[in-house]
Amino acid sequence: MKIERLKTDLLIIGGGTAGCYAAITAAQNASQETVGLKILIVEKANVKRSGCLAAGVNALNAYITEGRTPKDYVEYAKKDADGIVREDLLYTISEKFNDVTAHLEKLGLVILKDKNGKYVTRGNRNIKINGENIKPILADAVKKLPNVTVLNHVNIFDFSVHNNKIDGAFGFGIENDTFYAIEARAVIIATGGAAGLYRPNNPGFSRHKMWYPPFNTGAGYAMGIRHGAEMTTFEMRFIALRCKDTIAPTGTLAQGVGAKQVNALGDVYETKYGISTSERVYGTVVENLEGRGPCYLRTVGITPAQEESLLKAYLNMAPSQTIRWLENETPSKANVEIEGTEPYIVGGHTASGYWVDTKRATTIQGLFAAGDVAGGAPQKYVTGALAEGEIAAKSAAEYIESLSALRQAQGPDVQFKVAEPAEATIKEEEIANHVAEIEKFLSNEKGPQTTENLEEAMQTVMDSYAGGIKTSYRYSENQLNQAKKEIEIIEKLTDNLNATDLQEVMYIYELKERLTVCKSVIAHLAARHETRWHSFAENLDYPEKDDINFRKYVNSRLENGEIKIILRELTAEGQRNYEHQH
Amino acid sequence: MSISIDQSKCIGCGKCHDVCPGTLIKINENKKAFIKYPKDCWGCTSCIKECPVHAISFFLGEDIGGKGSKVHTEKVNGLVRWIVEFPDGSVKTIDIDPKESNKY
Repeated sequence: MKIERLKTDLLIIGGGTAGCYAAITAAQNASQETVGLKILIVEKANVKRSGCLAAGVNALNAYITEGRTPKDYVEYAKKDADGIVREDLLYTISEKFNDVTAHLEKLGLVILKDKNGKYVTRGNRNIKINGENIKPILADAVKKLPNVTVLNHVNIFDFSVHNNKIDGAFGFGIENDTFYAIEARAVIIATGGAAGLYRPNNPGFSRHKMWYPPFNTGAGYAMGIRHGAEMTTFEMRFIALRCKDTIAPTGTLAQGVGAKQVNALGDVYETKYGISTSERVYGTVVENLEGRGPCYLRTVGITPAQEESLLKAYLNMAPSQTIRWLENETPSKANVEIEGTEPYIVGGHTASGYWVDTKRATTIQGLFAAGDVAGGAPQKYVTGALAEGEIAAKSAAEYIESLSALRQAQGPDVQFKVAEPAEATIKEEEIANHVAEIEKFLSNEKGPQTTENLEEAMQTVMDSYAGGIKTSYRYSENQLNQAKKEIEIIEKLTDNLNATDLQEVMYIYELKERLTVCKSVIAHLAARHETRWHSFAENLDYPEKDDINFRKYVNSRLENGEIKIILRELTAEGQRNYEHQH
Repeated sequence: MSISIDQSKCIGCGKCHDVCPGTLIKINENKKAFIKYPKDCWGCTSCIKECPVHAISFFLGEDIGGKGSKVHTEKVNGLVRWIVEFPDGSVKTIDIDPKESNKY
């Protein structure tokens, strides 16, 4: 394995929505100064189509439409999460939704307009776009920036942290047999949330036909957890209500043709359980548990014109649903069955992730978080991830400025100059240790356990004992204890895994990342002694909401190998700023 | 859901390999693309959209209601054409005008 040392000012880990926009912001800010900030994006796939936007999107779901204000959005997100949000974080993204949208349009995104040139809205907070190519548009914008370098197909698996201050990261090229030790003045983590912790709806051939990108493995969470970063609200899991099997969106059916949620008896049940995101899932769960399932979106009887529009709309965003209709029965002839997905941990929809201050600084000095990896601000969606990318980039740039007033001008041509050992923050020994760990997986004897089997074992444990589909998302303390025990056993087995190439080594690290996140999820689920969000965190020992003791954030931090739970007070009504208490 | 790559059409340009968000597509010794990890496909269709010779199509696994049809997309006169080939040999095409594609 070749060993390469790189040096940059700002390292962005993950070139998805938030990461790309962070680079665009940081590069533009830097151009106004005399010295260009050197920015490096490291992406484990390729920025052109990586992350949540790979398949494209057909709406921006977080937008301040005419007559509405950012405050309305904050109130909506707060209500949906039953109070457990950070208002400062929600305000700071809501105030930027429309600006980042305008910027995307300038970069080439097609936003639908009416006859008067106004954006076409869908509801109070959404605008319609032709977003199939939204990710290539972002990636192209990044490519044009002279002071940004992109390393594609490089997987970062550890931070370099000394005295709770980050100074770089370690990674490897999954196709070029190269180890990277990257030194940086500041780091933005933008690796997304975590899929694949729980057994999926269809664990066989179609195991990856899931709501969230299966390649988002919680790497950013795991690296932060291991280095003692404070994390928040991992117990607020996200479960999507989707078209059965294809896991295609339901909103287009509900809002496009007005399809109601009905049970097998034909009764409309959607109004019975409440309309928050979690209540919609919960209603479907209860209808099934009480023998009134399967549940459907009622589409039988729609007009041929409506049906044709639906076939086209789904081809545009979730083509598998259209194919399923064409291969089986079309929506005018058969209602569309719906189901909840397996739970995910994703800070763009719920509030799970890094505990950050208003500037998106984590509790590790020099590390900023943006997008699904950052906690506290649910209902973030695409525009919120862009806004956080922007905020994190500005904060990181400020931080870099503050680090050294004597920063010397260095042209982009010396970006990859090998650091002098004397001034290197990453020591040779640290590189050797990381390389040795990778080489151990490549040289381990092929034993009885495989990465794939252990991943399935982990998903089965989480499904059975930590509130997966199997238990209709419910769990008890005894079950969580069992989950913890079994996840720890699986974790020990991962050290003996064998890999034949670096892509397989990446799969081992991804499994380890998921196991780390699983342990935090279990600890958080066990710590919230109430049921505030049905299905998302359905605690059978505490089936009621407890506003007296649990209108609080459940946070955690790894201390001496143990997950320590910290209950923190909610930010005040209308609070615009939050600082870490050091 | 996963993809299949028609080896007779593939020109080995590597664009599908480059864009796959899971890096699941590799190029073999004959300079042809193949999917190394078919069960790991998310179904994002990035590769299908990138392929300049329409060599890639997708299909639904039987476990999610697939019946053996193959689907790919082409750009024709500014329209996005989706072509569904059913197992009995019949073909259905659906043309979408990008400007009209987002009625819902």
